[in-house]
Amino acid sequence: MSDAMNQDVTPPTGATTRRTALKAVGATLGAAAFAQALAPLTEWTPNLSVAEFLQKHYRELTREQMAEILTRLENEARERYGAEVSIEDVPPADGVQFAYALNLSICIGCRKCAEACHRENNHDRSTQQSYIRVLEMEKGSIDLEKGTADYDHPVPQKDKFYMPVQCQQCDRPPCVSVCPVEATWKEKDGIVVVDYNWCIGCRYCEAACPYHARRFNWSRPQIPKEEVNPVQAYLSNRIRPQGVMEKCTFCLHRTRNGRLPACLEACPTGARVFGNLLDPKSEIRWVLENKRVFVLKEELGTRPRFYYFFDE
Amino acid sequence: MPNPAQPTPGASTPRSTASLGRKARVVASFVLGSLGLLTIAGQVFLPGRSVPDKEGVVDPALASDNEPKKVHEIRIRKRVAVLSVDTGARHANGDPIRILCSSCHATTRPRIETRGAAELDEFHQGLTYRHGDLTCLSCHDATNYDRLRRADGGGISFADVMELCGQCHGPQSRDYRNGSHGGMTGHWDLTRGPRERNNCVDCHDPHAPQYPLVMPVFAPRHDRGRHPASTTATDNLRPVSHE
Repeated sequence: MSDAMNQDVTPPTGATTRRTALKAVGATLGAAAFAQALAPLTEWTPNLSVAEFLQKHYRELTREQMAEILTRLENEARERYGAEVSIEDVPPADGVQFAYALNLSICIGCRKCAEACHRENNHDRSTQQSYIRVLEMEKGSIDLEKGTADYDHPVPQKDKFYMPVQCQQCDRPPCVSVCPVEATWKEKDGIVVVDYNWCIGCRYCEAACPYHARRFNWSRPQIPKEEVNPVQAYLSNRIRPQGVMEKCTFCLHRTRNGRLPACLEACPTGARVFGNLLDPKSEIRWVLENKRVFVLKEELGTRPRFYYFFDE
Repeated sequence: MPNPAQPTPGASTPRSTASLGRKARVVASFVLGSLGLLTIAGQVFLPGRSVPDKEGVVDPALASDNEPKKVHEIRIRKRVAVLSVDTGARHANGDPIRILCSSCHATTRPRIETRGAAELDEFHQGLTYRHGDLTCLSCHDATNYDRLRRADGGGISFADVMELCGQCHGPQSRDYRNGSHGGMTGHWDLTRGPRERNNCVDCHDPHAPQYPLVMPVFAPRHDRGRHPASTTATDNLRPVSHE
């Protein structure tokens, strides 16, 4: 009996047993899973260089490293967009604290500022991305949630007022405190910036911002090469990669070089006032000292650098 | 709690050689200290001491505050000082023939009560006029049509239209002078470049100054918080004409 059993379990030479079959299946599945796990590595090469993958946080970069990165980014813009661009890393200046004010008595809601932002900051053309959202609001209420952004009729309507909303450059920015990787921070001139190469795209900051000021790049921005704005900065309007957050930077590539923001220059009614809070003779100081200014959602304690005011 | 090392204010010692000696020491140390401070300040702040970097450009952060920085100007866009009118006729070379306002108005009698072109039989036809209860001669100078009228009887050049408007629109004029009314382009930092500002009539038609109704540009294509593929709510937006 035992002999018979032994004979039964001894495999005939060359035949496939269940065990070997299972082994083979296991090995195949294992190999497939391994290949699948490595797939992103084969995909990354065209779009993500080793240098980019190993790049340090913005604030840990030496000047030499930054120079290399800027060259790499300029080359990428040439390869991907066919555009000759110049990207600089422009630092904040001492003695400068930026602030913005907007006159709601004058704004007519024409959205020229949003359009100028779109062009200046190299936003994706297909989604008409812009850092500015102009809200049409009922007179007598300041409830942001009741504002509509997609109005489509001649402006200004008599019973409405118009409130452009962009990043408020808060002094206590909730978007900065929620970022799990410190990819966004407040610079010493008051501008909240994002290191697009450090951002992991978790969108916590988008959820944390009470002003809906942050945008996510769902896809790589598509811009015809002749429309690419070639004057760029690392922390502002260089063309962003896919899957990262972006936001208004008060056009720091312009303003840190002394120029006015693009949205201000585009405003046909002169509703916007920009300047240095530390300069007592600046227009922004005159507005803060002489007009009845307010900030959005003051009760949240975010301390915005963006002020609104009425003339009357 | 008073510091025991310092003499109590009430208990002054009589003037003696000892106190004189102490005074001398205080004065001497003050002089020496001042000299030392001046030396340090001279090294830090004296113009010409800041070291140019490789490109030979002085870092603005190192540049001395004593050096007067070049301040660029704020230029106000100006109309020509004297206006002229297109007659509709043309020169032999095709250029339009323009004449000064005074060409006609030198021979006509000013009518103080005229309010707008509708009351005229000829000339200025089609001019939209909607500017309060003003008459033509509220702003145009009846004694000299090549300039504008100042309320005290003097004249204002067409280039200085802000002065004319400011006679009635005080708050706007005040805001304009302080930079919170009227569009501008250029630099907020005048040490880096100039600025150009609009004047009143760049934005306001002087005969119908209320800002006109306009169609907004750049309608948002979708709710920007969502993935583009998931959005259908605004698909039916009709395109808005871009001016």
